[in-house]
Amino acid sequence: MKLPSYATPFETFVYYATLVFTGLVLLFLISPIIAIMPLSFNAEPYFSYPMPGLSLRWYDDFFTNERWMSAVKISLLVAALVTVLATALGTLAALGLSRAGLPFKPVILGVLISPMIVPVIITAVAIYLFYAQLGLIATISGLVLAHTVLATPFVVVTVTSTLSGFDHSLSRAASGLGAPPLTVFTNVILPIILPGIISGALFAFVTSFDEVVVALFITSAEQRTLPKQMFSGIREQISPTITAAATVLILFSVTLLIGIELLRRRSERLRGASS
Amino acid sequence: MAHAEAIIPNARQLKLQLKVAERRGKLRALMLVAPLFLFVFISFVIPIVLMLKNAIYDPDISNNLPQTTALLADWDGKELPSEAVYAALAGDFRGSEQAKTSALIGKRMNYEIAGIRSKVITSARKAKVLSAPPYKDQIIAIDPIWSDIDTWTAIKRAGSPITSFYLLNTLDLESKPDGTIGAVDPGRAVYRDILKRTIGISLTVTLLTLILGFPVAYVLANTPARIANILMIFVLLPFWTSLLVRTTAWFVILQDNGPINDLLLGTGLVNHPLPLIFSRFGTIVAMTHIQLPFTLLPIYSLMKTIPPSYMRAARSLGGGPVYSFTRVYLPQTLPGIGAGCLLTFILCLGYYITPALVGGPSDQMVSGIIAEAINRENNWGKACALGTVLLTATLVLYFVYNRLVGIDKVKLG
Repeated sequence: MKLPSYATPFETFVYYATLVFTGLVLLFLISPIIAIMPLSFNAEPYFSYPMPGLSLRWYDDFFTNERWMSAVKISLLVAALVTVLATALGTLAALGLSRAGLPFKPVILGVLISPMIVPVIITAVAIYLFYAQLGLIATISGLVLAHTVLATPFVVVTVTSTLSGFDHSLSRAASGLGAPPLTVFTNVILPIILPGIISGALFAFVTSFDEVVVALFITSAEQRTLPKQMFSGIREQISPTITAAATVLILFSVTLLIGIELLRRRSERLRGASS
Repeated sequence: MAHAEAIIPNARQLKLQLKVAERRGKLRALMLVAPLFLFVFISFVIPIVLMLKNAIYDPDISNNLPQTTALLADWDGKELPSEAVYAALAGDFRGSEQAKTSALIGKRMNYEIAGIRSKVITSARKAKVLSAPPYKDQIIAIDPIWSDIDTWTAIKRAGSPITSFYLLNTLDLESKPDGTIGAVDPGRAVYRDILKRTIGISLTVTLLTLILGFPVAYVLANTPARIANILMIFVLLPFWTSLLVRTTAWFVILQDNGPINDLLLGTGLVNHPLPLIFSRFGTIVAMTHIQLPFTLLPIYSLMKTIPPSYMRAARSLGGGPVYSFTRVYLPQTLPGIGAGCLLTFILCLGYYITPALVGGPSDQMVSGIIAEAINRENNWGKACALGTVLLTATLVLYFVYNRLVGIDKVKLG
C-alpha cells in the first residue's frame, strides 16, 4: 500500500493511523497464541511473566499422565475413523452433486450441509435424545457417528469446489475411448481431484479432533476425548499442563491446516494451468 | 441405402435414447448422493425433528397420572372435581409410588406452580395407603393444595401431552388458568433477558469485528502480495487453531494472576487485579478475537477485486479523500461487509464454550442456558424449546445469507 503523491496532510495522517491500527489488530490476533506457548515452559505453576525459569515439566506431565494420554489416544482413534467414513461418504456425494441433472439439488445440498449450519449445542441435544433411545450414549461408535455427521459437510464442500474446476470432457473422453466407469474414476478423475479429497479428509480429521460440545454431552469418562479433558481440566482446577496441551494442539492443527492450504494452492495452480 | 438407415436412427428414436441416457445419468447421480443423504437424514435430521417434538410433547403427567387426566378432560374447572377424580388420583399415586415416578410428577407440576414439588411428592407418598372412600376429604387432609382449583387446572393443563408450555416459556409467556396467554410473573421472567443478552453480545461482537477487521482487510488487500502473505499468517494462524484452544488461551491470559493483570499491577496502573475473567468484558474480547477472521476474510477477498484505479479516478475527478472513500470505495465493499458480519452474527448466536469458560453466570447465552437446563435441571422440555428458538433464528438468518452469498461458501473463507 503506497501513499499517493497527491495526498493531503489529512490523508497522510489517516494512512499512518491505519497502518498503526492494523499492526495493533494483528498483534491482538496473534497475542493469545504467542502468550500461551512460552507459559507452557514455565518452571513454576504460574501464568505470568517474567518466568522464574524454564522447564519441560508440564510437557512431561502431559505425555506421562494417564488421563491425558488416554484422551489423546481416544481422540486420535475417533478422528481416524471419522476421517475414513466422512471422506468416503462425502466424496461420493460430491461426485453426485457435481453431475449435471441431479434432481432436487438445492434441497439435497441443504440437507447435506445442515450439520455445519445448525448450532452445535442443538446438534448435541438432538443426538443425545436420539442416542438415548438407541443405547449409543457413552460408546465410541456413537461418538464416531456423531462426529462423522459434523465432518461430512466439510468434505462435501471441499471436494465439490475441486470438482467445479474439473473438466468433464476428460472423463467423457476416457469413456469414449472405452474405459469402464470405475477405470475412468480411478485413472482420470481421482488423480485430478485427489488434493481436494485429501483437504476434505484433513478437515474431517480436524473437525473431530477439535470437537468438544457433542463429546461433552454423549460420552462418559471412559470415552474422554482430548478437548473434553481440556474443558473439564479448565473447569475443575486449572493446571499449567493445560498450556502444554494447548501448545501441542496449536502445533498439530496448524501443521494440518498448512497442509490443506498448500493443497488448495496446488490445485488452484493446476486449474489455472489447465484453463 | 437400407444399410445407412440402420445406423442413422430417426429423430424420435434419438430423442428417446437421449431421454434414457439422461434418466440413467440422473439415477447414477442420485445413487452417489444417496449414502450420505441417508446417513445425514437418519443420524442428524431425525434427531433434530425429535428435539423439535420434545419442545411441544411432554407426556410426563398423562403417562403417570393416566386415570386422573382422563377424568379431568371432562371437568369444567369451575369448582373442585368430584369424588371420582380424587379416587382416580389416589389410584394413580399408588401406581406412581410403585413405579417410582412421583418425583417426576412433582418436577413437572413445579413448572406449572412454583414451589409445589415437595407437596406433590409428599402427597403421593401419603396417599398410597388410602384404601377406602371418601378419598376427597382424606386427600385434602394430606395437603391443602388439593382443595385449590389452580392445582387441578394445572394438572389438566399439563395432562395434555402436546403442550405449548415450554415454547411460550421461552418468551416469558404462559397460558393462564382462564385460557388466555399472558406474561409470567416477573420473578420467573428470565428468558427474554437471555434472548436479549444473546442478541446484544452477538451484535457487539459483530460490530467490533467489523471495526477491527475493515482497516486490516483494506491494508492486506492493498499491500504487495509478498508482504500481504506474511501478514495473512497473523489472521490465519488463530483461524486454524481450535475454538477451545483459543478460549483456553484467553482463560489463561485473563486470570487475576495472568499476564495482563500482572503487567497492569507491575506498572502500577491498578492496585488490584481487574476482574477480567468471568466477566462480560472477557467474553466479548475472547469472542471478538475468535470471530475476527470470519468477518475479515470475506471483506478482504472482496476488496481484492476492487481496482485501485477507481479511487484514483474519483480523486482526479475532484472528489475529496473522504467523499471518494464513502461514495466510491465503501459501497463496493458492502457485499463483503454484509457477508462477513452476517456470518459472524449467526455463529455468535450459537456460542457455548467461550461464555461457559470465560464468562460469569450473567454472561451465559442461549446455548449455555440449554446446556444448563440439561446438566443441572434435567429439564428437556426447556432445553428443546430454547433449541427450537435458536434453530429457527439460525435457519432464517442462513436463508438470508444463502440469498446473499451462497451457502456452500460458509466457513471455508
